[in-house]
Amino acid sequence: MTDVRLSARQVTKRFGGLAAVNNVSIDLWHNRIHAVIGPNGAGKSTLTNLLSGDLQPTSGSVTLGDQDVTGWAPEAISRQGLGRSYQKTNIFLPFSVWDNVRLAAQSRDVQQPWNPMQWLQNATKSVASHARSKRAIALSGLENRANAIAGTISHGEQRQLEIAMTLATEPQVLLLDEPLAGMGMAEAERMVALLLQLKKDHAMLLVEHDMDAVFTLADHLTVMVNGQVIASGTPAEVRADADVQAAYLGEEH
Amino acid sequence: MSTAKAHLETLPGSVKVVLGLGLIALAAFPFFGTDFYTQMVTRMMILAIFAMSLDLLQGVTGLVSLGHAAYFGLAGYALAFLTPQGEAVSLWWTLPAAVLASGLAALVIGFFVVRTHGIYFIMVTMAFAQMVFFLFFDNKVLGGSDGLYINFKPTASVMGFTLFDLDNKVSMYYTTLAAMLIVYVFLRRLLWSPFGRALAGIRVNEHRMRAMGFGTFGYKLSAFTLAGALAGLAGYLWGVQSGYINPELMGFHMSAHAIMMVILGGMGNFAGAIVGAFTFEYVLHVFKDLPQVGSMNLGKHWQLWMGLFIVLVVVFASRGVLGLIAQVKAGGKLHD
Repeated sequence: MTDVRLSARQVTKRFGGLAAVNNVSIDLWHNRIHAVIGPNGAGKSTLTNLLSGDLQPTSGSVTLGDQDVTGWAPEAISRQGLGRSYQKTNIFLPFSVWDNVRLAAQSRDVQQPWNPMQWLQNATKSVASHARSKRAIALSGLENRANAIAGTISHGEQRQLEIAMTLATEPQVLLLDEPLAGMGMAEAERMVALLLQLKKDHAMLLVEHDMDAVFTLADHLTVMVNGQVIASGTPAEVRADADVQAAYLGEEH
Repeated sequence: MSTAKAHLETLPGSVKVVLGLGLIALAAFPFFGTDFYTQMVTRMMILAIFAMSLDLLQGVTGLVSLGHAAYFGLAGYALAFLTPQGEAVSLWWTLPAAVLASGLAALVIGFFVVRTHGIYFIMVTMAFAQMVFFLFFDNKVLGGSDGLYINFKPTASVMGFTLFDLDNKVSMYYTTLAAMLIVYVFLRRLLWSPFGRALAGIRVNEHRMRAMGFGTFGYKLSAFTLAGALAGLAGYLWGVQSGYINPELMGFHMSAHAIMMVILGGMGNFAGAIVGAFTFEYVLHVFKDLPQVGSMNLGKHWQLWMGLFIVLVVVFASRGVLGLIAQVKAGGKLHD
C-alpha cells in the first residue's frame, strides 16, 4: 500500500526475560486508521511507547516519514511530526484548558531557550501558536471550556483535551492510546465523529478496547496477544480469523 | 485550587498593594534608618536577589537546588581576585566578569545535574556545591578557610565622573535596591515569556513536555545557568558591601537558607522570594537577640527557633507570607 507515514519493522522490547512487544511490524498510512486491539497486557501501550520514543526498542527499527527515528528521544520524534495521546490522562492539571493547548502549540514555535530575547517576549503574543491553539480547541470541541482549569473539567473533557494538545502540535501521524477510555455514550460518539474527521489529514494508530468504535473507525486492524501480532488485515478479514476468535473476540462476543 | 494560584503567578491586587507599600518604605528607609539598619536592609535586598535567582529553579521549574550558594560565593571570590591589594577596580567590567564566572560554573555543573530528577537532583547539586566549597576551603591560594578581603570597593565612574560611590552606605543601598528591582522586573517578564511558560510546564509535567516536542534539557540548563548568573550578581554585591568573602558563603547553610527564604515568602512568583528573604533575615535578627533565660541563652540557639518558625509557616501558611496576605484579603478563604 502507498503513502506510508510511519513504519515499524520487527520491533521488540524486552523487560528482563519478558518480551512485552515481540517482533512486531506495523505500518500507518495517510488518511487511514490502523487500530490495534488485544487483551490487557498484550503490549499495545508498550508498542505505542516504542513508536513515540517514550521507550527505546531492544531491536527493530522505526521509520517516520523518510527518517529512521529508531532510538530518537520523544521530543525529537514529536518534532519530526508525530503526536500522541496517553491512555492515562497526561495533561497539565493546574493550567487552564487554553494554557494546556497553547503550551503544546508553542512547541512548534522556534525553540531557543538560551536566547535572552526569548526571555522577554510575551508567550501569549505568538500569532502562530495562537492560531494553532484555536484550531485545536475548536476541532476537539472545547471552545466553551477554554478558561476552565484542566484539573476541574470532567473526565470526558480531559480526554478531549488530550486530543486537543496532540493536535496543537500539528502532527502528520497520530498515536491515540484509548481515546475513549472511561467516556460516557454521548462523549464517545462525539469522539468517534472527531476521529473520523481527523482521519482525512493524518495517519492514525488507534489503540482501543471499545469494539463498536474500533469496527466503526478502523480501516486496518492488528490483533496483539502476549506481545505478538496474531492477525492483521481489514476488519472483515480479522473478524473471520479463527485464531482471533479463539484468542480474543470469541471471549467478548 | 490551581497551582497557578498556589504559585500566585498572577499577583492578587491585595499583594500588589502590600508590595507597593513595601517599595515606598524601602525607597524612604535610608532617610529614617540608622547606618546599622541601612546596611542590614542592604544585606536583605542582596539576599532577596539571591532568593529570586533560586526561585527561578525551585518555584518556577520545580528544581530544588541544595547547592545554589556555590554560584553566589563564586562571584564574590571573583571580585576578590580581580581587586588588587592597593587600588580599586571598575564596577563596569568586574561585575559582568563575576556574573559570567558564576554563570559559567552553573553551565558546566548544570550540564551534569539537570539530567537528574527529584531527590537525585537535590543530592547532586549539593555534592557539586560541597566540592566547590572544599576547593576554596582547603586551598591557601584561594584564601582557605579564612577567606579573602576586598580592601577597595569597585568604582562606578563614567569619564572620570563618579556615578555612585559604593563606599557610601546610602549609595550602596540604592544601588542594591535598583539591582533588586531590575532583577524582579526581568524575572516577572521572563515568567510570562515562552521560555518561562516552558519552565512552568516542566515543573508540572516534564514527561508531557517532551512528548509535545520540548527539548527540556536545554530549557533546564538555560534556567540553571541564568539562576547561577543572577546568584552571582547577588554574591558580587555581597562582596562589595561586606568587603570580605569566605567559604561559608558557598556552604550548605547558605544554600539551605535560600530554600527557606523562597518557601517562607511563597514560591514561583519572585515577589515571594523578596518577602521571604526580608522575613527570614528579620526573624533571624530577632531570634539572635533573644535574652538569656535562667541557664539558657535563647539567642544562642536561634536555629532551634528558626526551625520551629519554618515548621509553623509550612503547616499553617503553605503558600508562604504572600499566600497569607492573599488569603486574609480574600476573607480568610483557604482555597479560593
